Amino acid sequence: MKNKPLHPGAAVEIRSAPHVKAPRSVEQIMRNVVYSLLPICGFFVFQYGISAAFSIVAITASCLATERFFVKTGTQSGSLSDFSATITGILLALTLPPGFPLWMGAVAGFIAIALGKALFGGIGFNVFNPALVGRAFVQAAFPVAIATYTPSFLPGRFGEFIPSSLAWPLMVPADTVAWLHAKQLDALSGATPLAKWKFDGILASAGELLSSMSGHMAVGPSPVLIILCGVYLALRRFMDWRIPLAIVGSAGLTAWILFAIDPHSYPNPFFMLFSGGLILGAVYMATDMATSPVTPGGMWVYGALIGLLTVLIRYYSGLPEGVMYAILLGNAATPLIERITQPTPFGKSGLLSPKRRATYPLHPEYISREEANAVTPKKKSFKPGKKS
Amino acid sequence: MKLLNFLRGETFARGIHPPEHKDTAATAIRRLPYAPRLTVPLSQHIGKTPRPIVSVGQEVVRGQPIARSNDWLSVPHHAPATGVVEAIDLRPSARGPWVESIVIRPHSAATQEDLWGTPRDRDTMDAMTPADILQAIWDTGMVGLGGAAFPTHAKLTVPKQSKVHTLVVNGCECEPYLTCDHRVMVEEADFLVAGIRYAMRATGAVRGIVGVEDNKPDAVTAIRKAIAAAGATDIFVEAVPTKYPQGSEKMLIMSLFGIEIPSGALPVSLGMVMNNVGTLAALGRLLPAGQGLTERVVTIAGPGVKRPGDYRVPLGTPLSFVLDWAGTPAAGPADARQVILGGPMMGQSVTSLDTPVTKGVSGILVFRREDMATSDRRVTYPCIKCGECVESCPMGLNPSTLGMLAAKREYETMGENFHLGDCFECGCCTYVCPSNIPLVQQFRVAKQVLRERAMAQ
Repeated sequence: MKNKPLHPGAAVEIRSAPHVKAPRSVEQIMRNVVYSLLPICGFFVFQYGISAAFSIVAITASCLATERFFVKTGTQSGSLSDFSATITGILLALTLPPGFPLWMGAVAGFIAIALGKALFGGIGFNVFNPALVGRAFVQAAFPVAIATYTPSFLPGRFGEFIPSSLAWPLMVPADTVAWLHAKQLDALSGATPLAKWKFDGILASAGELLSSMSGHMAVGPSPVLIILCGVYLALRRFMDWRIPLAIVGSAGLTAWILFAIDPHSYPNPFFMLFSGGLILGAVYMATDMATSPVTPGGMWVYGALIGLLTVLIRYYSGLPEGVMYAILLGNAATPLIERITQPTPFGKSGLLSPKRRATYPLHPEYISREEANAVTPKKKSFKPGKKS
Repeated sequence: MKLLNFLRGETFARGIHPPEHKDTAATAIRRLPYAPRLTVPLSQHIGKTPRPIVSVGQEVVRGQPIARSNDWLSVPHHAPATGVVEAIDLRPSARGPWVESIVIRPHSAATQEDLWGTPRDRDTMDAMTPADILQAIWDTGMVGLGGAAFPTHAKLTVPKQSKVHTLVVNGCECEPYLTCDHRVMVEEADFLVAGIRYAMRATGAVRGIVGVEDNKPDAVTAIRKAIAAAGATDIFVEAVPTKYPQGSEKMLIMSLFGIEIPSGALPVSLGMVMNNVGTLAALGRLLPAGQGLTERVVTIAGPGVKRPGDYRVPLGTPLSFVLDWAGTPAAGPADARQVILGGPMMGQSVTSLDTPVTKGVSGILVFRREDMATSDRRVTYPCIKCGECVESCPMGLNPSTLGMLAAKREYETMGENFHLGDCFECGCCTYVCPSNIPLVQQFRVAKQVLRERAMAQ
């Protein structure tokens, strides 16, 4: 070569555009979801004491161990550092009763990852929310244990396990009713507000539902706390705001219509929204990215479907709670929803007229006025309805 | 910012806001001396390659035509320096393949003033018909200086069946780091206004609208001042929201007129022609002088440059000389680096530092290894279907589904059902993807495969 390079030995690297990248990564999204779950876990432990803490730890550990096993054996992609199995474990623990036997929790965690995630190929490929797959399995396998709630804010809850927690594997858990009886606390009910309404016809009050603080209600974390954490996630765009809004809107609307038709046999929509797991499901379960639609229109349809199904299952089925099955059905419908809600590309909407007020009009008639030194529109004065 | 744009409703939907890094925006344009050898590739624009009209050993004067073609979609080239034609042979190009180039050895102490060309006085300029102006533009060898390098005379020629009423001037410069258009707007606003008037006469447009992103208020002020000084009542300046890719033709027209150019149509179907500010400012200078394009303003920036800034670079200057002048850290195998022509979103990595600066080069960015390290270390996950790409694609496509189809090589489905042809490769989807999936890179491959299949049929 005649002209020698000016930098002998200079090495250039080649990459393909774009050469800059947004800092957001899968790990960052998942880590922030875990952070936002921590206050909710804290409240759960505050409500139920040491049993709840051990339940969360045992189930999460089971999920992580299962994930590790399937990543090591090459069955699924991903790694523990992406935090997705941690989220599955925590969410699964939050949906189970605090006194759920720890070995059953471990089984639920194993099923959640093995059947809910690894079977499909790991992170991103799962069709159903893994936490709900795990919960659906134990709901079918241990129907009594999963319906056994204990009252919250029991005295001495930080020093003593709920006896059912420490059941030996494959053994019948200890009877919590007898345990409560022995503690002279049988005035307190271990039923959830939904079960109370469904089977006894008793409605809980609004304040009790929102805060979960007063009384000894057997409920999960406070909806207000969950909504606050959800707002944090939505503001930082770690979660899509459309899905929770669509679920709450659709469930509220359906419940309100039924309530308007027959106020005596249906509870008010407020009770529908803030009892049970609807808020937790709407904010944390249904928004699982891999199992919800990617298209903005699809998110609305998906959320509306889940909200509707939740109310219908709660009212017309034998179960007191319907969020889990509603979300699993919504997950199953996701590919179909995506198919009918593909976005319209730019320039293919078929509309040539300006869609909104624009700075400059397109039509040449107007230009002739400009040519004749007419007043040109200033953007500030160009308000809709006031044509200059 | 996003919410503000949404409430004001004055721009296109979606898009992204990458960090701007426009650190060189306040520094005046500086001039670069001649390199020991200048390499003018014959093919540096869209269209036919012109033939050399000089021979080896011949002396040329700066501004003298050295290559010419009679084909309409082609432009002549002019000698960037007074000197001797040393060789006409194959030299490396930015795209990789070696292309035929004219190598000129400038005389020592040669002036950077253009010596060739006959100036046109005001009366001559005013008497020119649109056809004369187009011919004069062709003779300057002007191509789109924004990066596409499409011959300007061809772009300004209005097809017989259509009529143009608006000349849209693109001063958005939405790519991070680049400030060359910004500086040109600030420093050469008078030339810009003159160039807009010539282009309006050539096309028959009755108004000219300059769209500038609102992160360059000084450019807007400078152009307003120049318009007032020239007494032009048919030229307007508009600040449009800062958002990538505002500089795309379709997006800017959406921002200004609230209208979507139909898929597959050109702006001329709506009576509009769009040009870059750099192109028109150069025209405003070259047409009255009767000279050809011999230099251009290039942004030299990036974390690997010691003296970043906007430089007026003679065409054909090798990158190694430019980088020496701008002060990059001493090169060795230890600090391998990446040199990009154009902006960081759509620019191209160069394979060799012998590559010359051509008419389409708007920026030279240098990234050191440590600057790329954070993004290089990132793991690629499977798509988690977060929908970020769908919410950033300015064309309203579904990059998530397209990416999954591309991984399965179902290119036909991508083209037929998912509008792959509308993708203009802005790179927003890859930029936002948290799974670090090379989406736009896959789409480029898919489009190329589809193009080749269509040609094979």
